[in-house]
Amino acid sequence: MILLRLAIKSLRSRALATTLTIFSIGLSVTLMVGVDRLRGAAQEGFSGTISRTDLIVGARGGGLPLLLSSVFHIGNASNNISWESYQHFAHHPAVAWTIPISMGDSHHGYRVIATDDNFYKHYIYRRDHSLHFAEGHAPEGLFEVALGADVATRLGYQLGQQVVLAHGIEERSVLNHANTPFTIVGILDQTATPVDRALYITLLGEEAMHYGWSDGTPPAIGETVPQLDPSRLKVDQITAFLLGAKSRVSTLYLQREINTDKAEPLTAIIPAYTLQELWSLLDYADTALSLVSAAVLVVGLLAMLIALYATLNERRREIAILRAVGLHVRQIFILFLFESTLVAAAGTLLGIAAVYVLLFALRGTIENHFGLPVALVGLSKRVELYAAATIVSAAVLGSIPAARAYRNSLVDGLNAQ
Amino acid sequence: MQEVAAIHLEHVRFGYRADRPILSIDHLRIPAGRRVFLHGPSGSGKTTLLSLISGVLVPQRGSIHVLGQDLMRLSASSRDTLRGSQIGYIFQGFNLIPYLTVAENIALPCELHRTRRARITSSTLSEEVVRLALRLDIHAHLGETVTRLSTGQQQRVAIARAIIGSPALVIADEPTSSLDTDRRDAFLDLLNEVTMEGNTRNPSPTTLLFVSHDRSLASHFDETLSLPQIAQTVPQAEREA
Ligand SMILES: Nc1ncnc2c1ncn2[C@@H]1O[C@H](COP(=O)(O)OP(=O)(O)OP(=O)(O)O)[C@@H](O)[C@H]1O
Ligand SMILES: [Mg+2]
Repeated sequence: MILLRLAIKSLRSRALATTLTIFSIGLSVTLMVGVDRLRGAAQEGFSGTISRTDLIVGARGGGLPLLLSSVFHIGNASNNISWESYQHFAHHPAVAWTIPISMGDSHHGYRVIATDDNFYKHYIYRRDHSLHFAEGHAPEGLFEVALGADVATRLGYQLGQQVVLAHGIEERSVLNHANTPFTIVGILDQTATPVDRALYITLLGEEAMHYGWSDGTPPAIGETVPQLDPSRLKVDQITAFLLGAKSRVSTLYLQREINTDKAEPLTAIIPAYTLQELWSLLDYADTALSLVSAAVLVVGLLAMLIALYATLNERRREIAILRAVGLHVRQIFILFLFESTLVAAAGTLLGIAAVYVLLFALRGTIENHFGLPVALVGLSKRVELYAAATIVSAAVLGSIPAARAYRNSLVDGLNAQ
Repeated sequence: MQEVAAIHLEHVRFGYRADRPILSIDHLRIPAGRRVFLHGPSGSGKTTLLSLISGVLVPQRGSIHVLGQDLMRLSASSRDTLRGSQIGYIFQGFNLIPYLTVAENIALPCELHRTRRARITSSTLSEEVVRLALRLDIHAHLGETVTRLSTGQQQRVAIARAIIGSPALVIADEPTSSLDTDRRDAFLDLLNEVTMEGNTRNPSPTTLLFVSHDRSLASHFDETLSLPQIAQTVPQAEREA
């Protein structure tokens, strides 16, 4: 199509202005699409981490901190819940399964989670994936530990190695459980969720590690530590538990029953609802970033408009020549419209391509640091919408100089100087 | 029998604004195949008249026939098509699309109009461009951007673009005003020659309408018209109205 060829050649002859405009539009599209993709990845990452868990139960407190600490290892649970309460609800007729979680120790910044076999049996992530061991098996003995995939690869651990766990969850813990080393008996498959970044021991193992401690402080120097007698170990408290109800219907009823439990003040949350709270928090950041990228887009489009408008006068002669060789006024309009639309389309493509190149390049980093699975497949509906909106607004804005050129050519006839 | 008219105007009245007529021509008839020189002082409406004849502008009143077509009865896009396929146009001064090469500038009318392309004598469009470029001595510059050319070279490119595909009417609007006397005469001779060179694909003879304020060029043409004479001055009272 000759008009398209003319538009491309005309743009190429103004290479600098064209390139700058394409870049500024590309930049804003990169921002918009990047924010959108990251948000999508974050949502997918968070909601994919906890599938099919109907309730999360912890000590009385905020729902969001409970969700973040128990599943995403972000922040700290304020209080524990008693083993009796856990047992009560674990054997509740409406409950299908429960996964106890007890936290409080760490290893090189990775959390140590004490749990039982239910975790390996019932924990479901990303809709329908269950946990599998890449090597070895779940910890059974008191001083056995299984590793999340990232922990194993980052620290270069192998089966059979012994590790010393640290008391507390701070990255630089000063108290090491040096006299109770754990043996690595299993390494989990990669899940691209926070599961990969934790170590797993048995509930009794955690008790054994703290044998002789009182209220979170180790025995003082010189104090006699009683000989560890495994048969006398018992679990007193856990941090939280995940719960699967026998039927969806009973979830709400169970939640109410737990929240109003007379024996102990507890909080039960429905993960999906609490995640909604998180999204609405993220929405502020998201909206702010979207506004910034929209502003960049407006600047880019205005720059394009100005560039096109500025050339209008010097192009009157060109338009008269095109009219003389038989171009219709309509085609003059289309020629100018093509120029703005082509620039916007090129900028949009560049912007989207940049996002995917960046995501591809940073995928490993994002997954390792945030545990977010970054989906690279296809364009989301919203990305398509952004692309369409950018091109359409470029076309709408471009129709201003185009209409001007159209009018000029009607008024000038062949008399443009 | 009367000769076929290439251009025929009757009672034409035109103003850029309808309430301010600047051109009024009761009768103008140019037979096909003539080489006509039209002169008039600056501002007398020469370019305006040429815009009317090429169908870019439309008069408020009167009728214009060009190459047997009644422009008033044609739609705007049919007039554009008629102009693109049957009229070659040379402007005063800068004549070329700056972002196209010399060859692309020459080929443009044929790229836009299939009927015009169908009339070329060479087997391909690029061969035709080369043939014309050789004839007009600009073949060394075919791949260059037009802004590198001298004014004389640019005007010869403009001739090539005006005559490619043998249009029935060639219009030149003061193409020589930026050339010195020697180059001007050479240009006029060349223009006369190439427009009259027989073309088997277009049986109707080519008409040349050449416009200038410089009367001394008249000797190069078959016939001379004076715009102030053919155009009645629009009465002052009517202009003000
Ligand atoms: N686009 C336009 N809008 C309004 N008035 C115009 C326009 N073009 C020309 N005119 C006016 O129309 C009159 C005739 O102009 P035109 O350009 O046709 O004269 P010309 O004979 O070609 O002059 P020159 O020899 O300087 O090229 C002039 O008074 C001019 O100011
Ligand atoms: Mg003029």
